[in-house]
Amino acid sequence: MAIDKETVKYAAHLARIELKPKELEKLSQQLQDILDFIDQLKKIDIKDILPTSHILPINNVLREDCPRESLPSEKTLMNAPLKEGSFFVVPKVIE
Amino acid sequence: MVMERELYKLTAHELIEKLNKVEITSQEIIDSVKNRIREVDSKVKAYVRVEKLIKLANSPTRQLANILNGIPISIKDNICTEGLNTECCSKILGGFKPPYDATVIKKLKEAGAAILEAKTNMDEFAFGSSTENSFFGPTHNPWDLECVPGGSSGGSAAAVAAEEAIFALGSDTGGSIRQPAAFCGVVGLKPTYGRVSRYGLIAFASSLEQIGPITKDVKDCAILMNVISGHDPLDSTSVNIEVPDYTKSSHNDIKGIKIGIPKEYFIAGLDSEVKTIAEEAIDKLKDLGAAYKQVSLPHTEYAVPVYYIIATAEAGSNLARFDGVQYGFRAQGTGHRAQGLIDMYKATRGEGFGEEAKRRIILGTFVLSHGYYDAYYMRALKVRTLIKQDFDEIFKECDCIVTPTSPTPAFKIGEKAADPLKMYLSDIYTISANLSGIPAISIPCGFTRKGLPIGLQILAKPFDEEMLFRVAYAYEQNTPWHTIKPKL
Amino acid sequence: MQYEVVIGLEVHVQLKTKTKAFCGCSTEFGKEPNSQACPVCLGFPGSLPVLNKVALDYALRVALALNCQVQECAKFDRKNYFYPDLPKNYQISQYDLPLSRNGFLDIYIEGKARHIDIRRVHLEEDAGKLIHRDEASLVDFNRTGIPLLEIVSEPQLNSSQEAYEYLTTLKNIIEYLDVSDCDMEKGSLRCDANISLKKKGAQELGIKTELKNMNSFKAVKDALEFEIERQTELLGAGEPIIQETRLWDEKEARTVSMRTKEEAQDYRYFPEPDLTPFIISQDKIEEIKKAIPELPREKMLRFMRDYGLSEYDAKILSSSKKYAEYAEECMKASNNKNKKSIANWLIGPLASAASGHHCAVPDLKILPSELVKLVEMVDLEVVSNLAGKTVVLTEMINTGKDPETIIKEKNLIQISDTSALDNIVDEVIKENAKSVNNYKTGRGNALMFLVGQVMKKSQGKANPKVVQEILKRRLTDA
Repeated sequence: MAIDKETVKYAAHLARIELKPKELEKLSQQLQDILDFIDQLKKIDIKDILPTSHILPINNVLREDCPRESLPSEKTLMNAPLKEGSFFVVPKVIE
Repeated sequence: MVMERELYKLTAHELIEKLNKVEITSQEIIDSVKNRIREVDSKVKAYVRVEKLIKLANSPTRQLANILNGIPISIKDNICTEGLNTECCSKILGGFKPPYDATVIKKLKEAGAAILEAKTNMDEFAFGSSTENSFFGPTHNPWDLECVPGGSSGGSAAAVAAEEAIFALGSDTGGSIRQPAAFCGVVGLKPTYGRVSRYGLIAFASSLEQIGPITKDVKDCAILMNVISGHDPLDSTSVNIEVPDYTKSSHNDIKGIKIGIPKEYFIAGLDSEVKTIAEEAIDKLKDLGAAYKQVSLPHTEYAVPVYYIIATAEAGSNLARFDGVQYGFRAQGTGHRAQGLIDMYKATRGEGFGEEAKRRIILGTFVLSHGYYDAYYMRALKVRTLIKQDFDEIFKECDCIVTPTSPTPAFKIGEKAADPLKMYLSDIYTISANLSGIPAISIPCGFTRKGLPIGLQILAKPFDEEMLFRVAYAYEQNTPWHTIKPKL
Repeated sequence: MQYEVVIGLEVHVQLKTKTKAFCGCSTEFGKEPNSQACPVCLGFPGSLPVLNKVALDYALRVALALNCQVQECAKFDRKNYFYPDLPKNYQISQYDLPLSRNGFLDIYIEGKARHIDIRRVHLEEDAGKLIHRDEASLVDFNRTGIPLLEIVSEPQLNSSQEAYEYLTTLKNIIEYLDVSDCDMEKGSLRCDANISLKKKGAQELGIKTELKNMNSFKAVKDALEFEIERQTELLGAGEPIIQETRLWDEKEARTVSMRTKEEAQDYRYFPEPDLTPFIISQDKIEEIKKAIPELPREKMLRFMRDYGLSEYDAKILSSSKKYAEYAEECMKASNNKNKKSIANWLIGPLASAASGHHCAVPDLKILPSELVKLVEMVDLEVVSNLAGKTVVLTEMINTGKDPETIIKEKNLIQISDTSALDNIVDEVIKENAKSVNNYKTGRGNALMFLVGQVMKKSQGKANPKVVQEILKRRLTDA
């Protein structure tokens, strides 16, 4: 199926990735090629076939409700690009 | 008698023997490996952030009376090591020091291994088949420095091939252990899905990937599998099945083993040299007593498109967390306008991710989006069922399946980089094993006229890694390939 | 009104498991920011979720108490969107195979039953907390990963009163199940509402708006009422209702449009690959069903039957499980067939005392047998009602002493013996000639004043009823 620049732009927006105009151009073409390739799946008859989301037949993996120690806050914040006291700091949503 | 400074040439099992006889110390092994890295890594570039490693070359490490006895192991940059940078060779995870160890790292430490401070190079976030997508630049194939080592675990494979690592860990989502192992003439194994814990493996495609060993020979591979396999209560997808002693499967006898040769892996697109060498290898297996028959995996041609839908969908979601909030790179605001949250996300991810990463994330987002989910994602999940069923059928009659690991030998750096689709097709023989969850190993089986290694892939039923070791070991011990090393 | 109101409620309930949904971090409230987190709930690269067994049990308990059909095979899905309080930028939730569906809740408005269908009850994980400053926002991940139950009703509520009743009934049931604190102030119970209007008798539903940011049941009611008015006005003026999310502004008492740039979110749900499906067996369902206690409505009806209480009293007493259990103990501790007195005390003086102490009635720690004794003593007029519900009760609460001891120590035994009271009455009559005159000239209040004087002189110990009798006789005689 055809994938136009607007669709790629929208997908990039959903994925919160900024694309420069040249990137958008190149990517749209590449994604079109890839989708054309992927479209061969349409040939297959999938009637009555169940989807496989999990390859192993394991079920009911549960754990006990027993508390254990959390990370000390210094470790939690160790890699933070911006922090204030014990908080992570992020820019606000600007309308 | 191997000179002290040449300890780097030995396999882990040889070193374990010497350590047990107290002929050498683990510090001597570590020093030998670090010297070797100093010697050749500027050419191979198997390691990243290696300056630190070299400076610390004389730091003493523990002497433990455990299986691995202080032997150093090299770890791919997407496996979390507490306090040691783990960056998936991406700008967006620059500087990330995990506050915890992956379960496999815990197990290795408990077994006495020494974790090398520098990690091995990889395609960013494991997106790639050549290690050209690394933020730190490509790794070079030790057999021909102008060629790629394969990917995404190219650094680990090259390090083992160049004898800059005794053994290493990689990860395999669509062939990322096996294909570089083939390109570099070493052994690489992808365990059954659920055999090895994924806790601490920075996720690319959660339902497809496994951590696995990359080693100089089959016995080392078995030793590592013994250490890293097993149920992990921290991983809901890890299986509670007993771990056998995989070293016991290496007993050099494959009489009567039934091998399936899938016809779909020997058609156009397969390099003629690879075809010849693979067929010779299969003949060798026959000489050793195995029986073979031609079989069919009819949905093989659909494996790559199915993979690129499922893997990118999961990847798009798994990589959403890289947004500059808690760790890694955050883009600074530009211009006069105050940077709002959404701008921060977009700029961080636009700058922090490489081209292939952006391509896959956006594709993955698209195939899950409203209106396309059924046509792409749901359809792919159903074809996945068909691909798995193909293997279930074959394993009713065959003990294992043998194929070439890759349709071509190592290609030149830059050769496929401009064409993503061409690059994706190089995974065609390895991807099905990930989609079906079955174990697979690649072992060296010869060289092209130009001296590039070729790999033979063996696949087995779920949790039948013992079959892989049995066939691989018999083949290895009756051929010279594992003894030949690149000249660096 | 020419319009019918159609309301659906989406309630999120924080389950009071000891640990989070997918990791072993404690769920304790009010800790230092970012001190109750780990690689899993922080969504650090490489981390993986493992479901809390008790969270699943609690979720099933609620689903079954709400008469839902439990899914035989339930699975989790990822709900993908970007927000700083969501560390993985996806939430582990349930989409097409939720834990349970098709339940119902009966609410009672002025004695009439209304059957409200419940679309689904499913499990998901909570997000973190954001504190907004001028230039930036601060993020605390302590709350991330706490298990949440999402309970979605069908749009069948037809008034703000019904919505309020639905919420109180639901909260009551969940408290009885002991799976959540249901405290809207602490955020362990949250409610969003969807509301639309349609012409009376019309089949098609109108455009709905989503209401958020209501922090109490009253706020929900007020917000709905405001919205009903707002939409009625717009429709009356022929203007369209915009499908949007509106926030309740408590201070200004109105709803305000959120006006964000986000269009309808595309959450790109897909099955969570890190969690394998959960098969809920019939045995498990039976096990959970057995563990469900008598629910509020059953208890209320039983109180009415077994203790002869009025619906009003029984409803109050069954409004909380602990209260009901305590009340029942008190009822059982009394040999008296008439339990009404005890109910009155529980609903009146004890409830007031508890309120004053900022706690619940059972927390006053008055032994049921001792409450019963106090009630009996008041009923037998051994001590006056006033003294009983003030002095004696307070002493019982503060010191834990039993009522007889307190009454003796404080010399509160009511004087009902007329001979003992005659003298005091005579004194009061002599000292208050003016009031006596007022009484004789028909000023009724004068009597009460005189009674009061006797009470004062007797340090409150005189039986006011008896005093009144004596006074009346005396004043009529004299």
